[in-house]
Amino acid sequence: MNSNEFDVIIIGGGITGAGTQRDCAMRGLKTLLIERSDIATGATGRNHGLLHSGARYAVNDPESAEECIKENQILRRIASHCVEETDGLFITLPEDDLGYQQTFVEACRKAGIRADIIDPDLARRLEPSVNPDLIGAVRVPDGSVDPFRLCAANMLDAKLHGGQVRLHTEVTGFIREGNTIRGVHTRHLVSGEEADYYAPVTVNACGIWGHAIAQMAGVNVGMYPAKGALLVFAHRVNNMVVNRCRKPSNADILVPGDTVCIIGTTSTRIPFEECDHVAVTPDEVTLLITEGAKMAPALSSTRILRAYAGVRPLVSADDDPTGRNISRGIVCLDHETRDGLAGFITITGGKLMTYRLMAEIASDAVCRKLHIDKSCETASIPLPGSEEHSYEAVAQKIWETPSMAQKAAAARLGTSASHIQTSSRTDESLVCECEEVSVGEVNAAIERLDASTLTDLRRRTRIGMGTCQGGFCACRAAGLLAKASGCIEKEREGLVHFMQERWKGNFPIGWGDTLREAEYTQWVYKHVLGL
Amino acid sequence: MKLQEYTESRHNFEECMKCTVCTAYCPVLQVNPRYPGPKQAGPDGERLRLKDPYFFNYALKYCLNCKRCEVACPSDVKVADLIQSARIRYDKSKPKLRDRILASTDFMGSLARPFAPIVNGVTGLGITKNVLDATLKIDHQRTFPKYSGRSFEAWLRRREKEQAAFPEQVSYFHGCYVNYNYPQLGKDLVKVLNALGVGVRLLEKEKCCGIAMITNGMSEQATRHATHNVAAIEAAVHEGRKVLTTSSSCTLTLREEYPNLLGVDNTAIRDSLLMATRFIYEKLERGASLRFRPDFHKKVAYHVPCHMERLGWGVFSEKLLRLIPGVEFTLLDSACCGIAGTYGFKKENYAASQAIGAPLFEQIRAVDPEVVACDCETCKWQIEMSTGYTVANPISILAEALAD
Repeated sequence: MNSNEFDVIIIGGGITGAGTQRDCAMRGLKTLLIERSDIATGATGRNHGLLHSGARYAVNDPESAEECIKENQILRRIASHCVEETDGLFITLPEDDLGYQQTFVEACRKAGIRADIIDPDLARRLEPSVNPDLIGAVRVPDGSVDPFRLCAANMLDAKLHGGQVRLHTEVTGFIREGNTIRGVHTRHLVSGEEADYYAPVTVNACGIWGHAIAQMAGVNVGMYPAKGALLVFAHRVNNMVVNRCRKPSNADILVPGDTVCIIGTTSTRIPFEECDHVAVTPDEVTLLITEGAKMAPALSSTRILRAYAGVRPLVSADDDPTGRNISRGIVCLDHETRDGLAGFITITGGKLMTYRLMAEIASDAVCRKLHIDKSCETASIPLPGSEEHSYEAVAQKIWETPSMAQKAAAARLGTSASHIQTSSRTDESLVCECEEVSVGEVNAAIERLDASTLTDLRRRTRIGMGTCQGGFCACRAAGLLAKASGCIEKEREGLVHFMQERWKGNFPIGWGDTLREAEYTQWVYKHVLGL
Repeated sequence: MKLQEYTESRHNFEECMKCTVCTAYCPVLQVNPRYPGPKQAGPDGERLRLKDPYFFNYALKYCLNCKRCEVACPSDVKVADLIQSARIRYDKSKPKLRDRILASTDFMGSLARPFAPIVNGVTGLGITKNVLDATLKIDHQRTFPKYSGRSFEAWLRRREKEQAAFPEQVSYFHGCYVNYNYPQLGKDLVKVLNALGVGVRLLEKEKCCGIAMITNGMSEQATRHATHNVAAIEAAVHEGRKVLTTSSSCTLTLREEYPNLLGVDNTAIRDSLLMATRFIYEKLERGASLRFRPDFHKKVAYHVPCHMERLGWGVFSEKLLRLIPGVEFTLLDSACCGIAGTYGFKKENYAASQAIGAPLFEQIRAVDPEVVACDCETCKWQIEMSTGYTVANPISILAEALAD
């Protein structure tokens, strides 16, 4: 086999693509993943980071609910370093119908989701941030999951199984032979270098962009871009996931994740042209704060860090204008049987929670085409980093008396934190002060996790995600990137771009402390650093 | 619709803009690299601690609680309060016997006072210091405060009638130091206030303000003291009296630490609680007058204690000292002396404590005053021990300058 020949090419570096690559690689296939940007740049990294119990779908979409609870239990085992087992509450407020609670609990139990009706008093004690006026509460096994870590760990495991990854590489066309896809033409977006890769099967795992990729291959996948906006608050208000116990609606999930908490979402149909430039509108911000404060009143006076939006890759099923009633079910299309185009599979629909199942379905389809009889092992073998169950144990094992940055790194990377160099004082000094990210951790991300830009680093380490939004860490990290790449000018431009991108997330919520800090950062960058 | 007219967070930690000026002003960070610094330990660490108490950093014990970070902060973040309240909330280690002893200033005082000459003799011995160093880890190089044979309370109680005769009345929260170690300061205050036509009373019963308990992991005891003291002070305030103090640290504790760290509401007493220097200065401003000795002359260098800076009241002591005819006044540079109450007594902190104070000691030697003025008793111990210069409360200097 030549170096540009593979068993399977996967397009899309979101969680579905990364999961599919891991699954195929674990089954012994020679895999290549191509991503035009970085890992988790689409819907994967633009959601709540909710480890669904499935309860949210139990009433309207029992099939998804069942998938969710199964995957929920699997992820707790195989991705423990990406998951926080917080549990969740479905609260009923005075304006909601308490009768829905019974329907909800019954549906949950039917789907295999543990749902305990608890006393509102107990709910207030368990989660002090919850609206004290609540009249009902149900406890479910919700949690939170870090999509960036999950995606990086899947890709890392694929690489450990011989897989190859090309980031910042765009598919410019397909190599066709009659009605068969034989491979792809690609171009590296930074260097401009063009390359062709060949494989008997290509998997389209591009989320909403899968629509365009399918078109490029000459087939049509009817997709439905639904924008969802979210707000990140600057610190954790809650330590349990809080949901509204009613029919799914806007801004009714509040998820604690790492050092922040996130409220969302909205659902608005948008044209395909907007998918690359989704922006959060003032109306969406108003809606998120107003509705969010009903669940946790503190949100109305908690500093907001960022606003962002993602696009759900829903597959059109009917004419529902909101997209709320469309099944979040998994869609795997074999274009050979569907459209007569051999060597091409689309895997879409689904959601972050069910990525592993999606990957399993896609990999099964790939193996069928390749006549390979290997079963899926991703549900039982832990991802790299998740070999220990708690970050306390990880940190203790690696460092004995871990520093704050080491504790934080263990919480982010799990057992993979052992790859962080701590031999010198420089390694241990901090790049990011808000999130306690050390020089060693940034260097490890550059070397081991394919980070080549500041944004790549942000997704892998949380630099730039804290309250200073890159003010202190971005210039330091740019220095480390420059050291690794040997090109100062490129990193200087990257720094400017990164800071502008951070400001984009601040802009919709640019008031109060966030505005003060953004201005301060601007002074530093403009007048001290001269950018 | 007006959204988020204001944001709020515990001790304002989200107001932090990461300007890092607190870190530049932290005296500990300059001498102890193991301390993460106020920004890291305060607002930055708080976000991680909210995620999981596992991220509580035991190095927070190196914080002096000098509050210089709070004075420096342009965003009104209560940095030191964040650090101390994190210690209260998350530090699960039990206070050591040593820390309990050091923190129980009034209990130890009441034990030691009746045997003052013996206790003073024994604690002054090299062998005692070596034993304390080896057993309790109280540094042997430290000089212990002397105990007084008779308490200030007993002294003032015998003068109740005479004090009640003055047209105006104040209550005095004297604190453990005046009561057990140095009643002369209390007597000096009585002398000055009497000269202004003000009589001095004790509170119903005061307890130690609890500052040392707060910093030594005994917040429950401190809260009990706080509740008691607020009630005792409130009784005096209710009868129309101001309550004066001569210790800047007791004052800061009563005014700020009670509500901010212990959650004890003191709104009813907060505005009636004053450092004596402020009360006297304001009285003189409004036209009262004092008669000074014509022959008085003294070269005074004033060190503003950190907690006095936090109160923002150093200016009253300074102006009062400058008013005294014959005082040759130098204001020392703003600096921490390093002792921070019981902090500097601990063996593990001794070196840092002396290093922090070094620039101040050097300046005092350069100025070479006859007396160093200072509103804090623990600064006094530290400066006297480290420089050999005598330290006196501004009230004592004022009393000395008064004509009889």
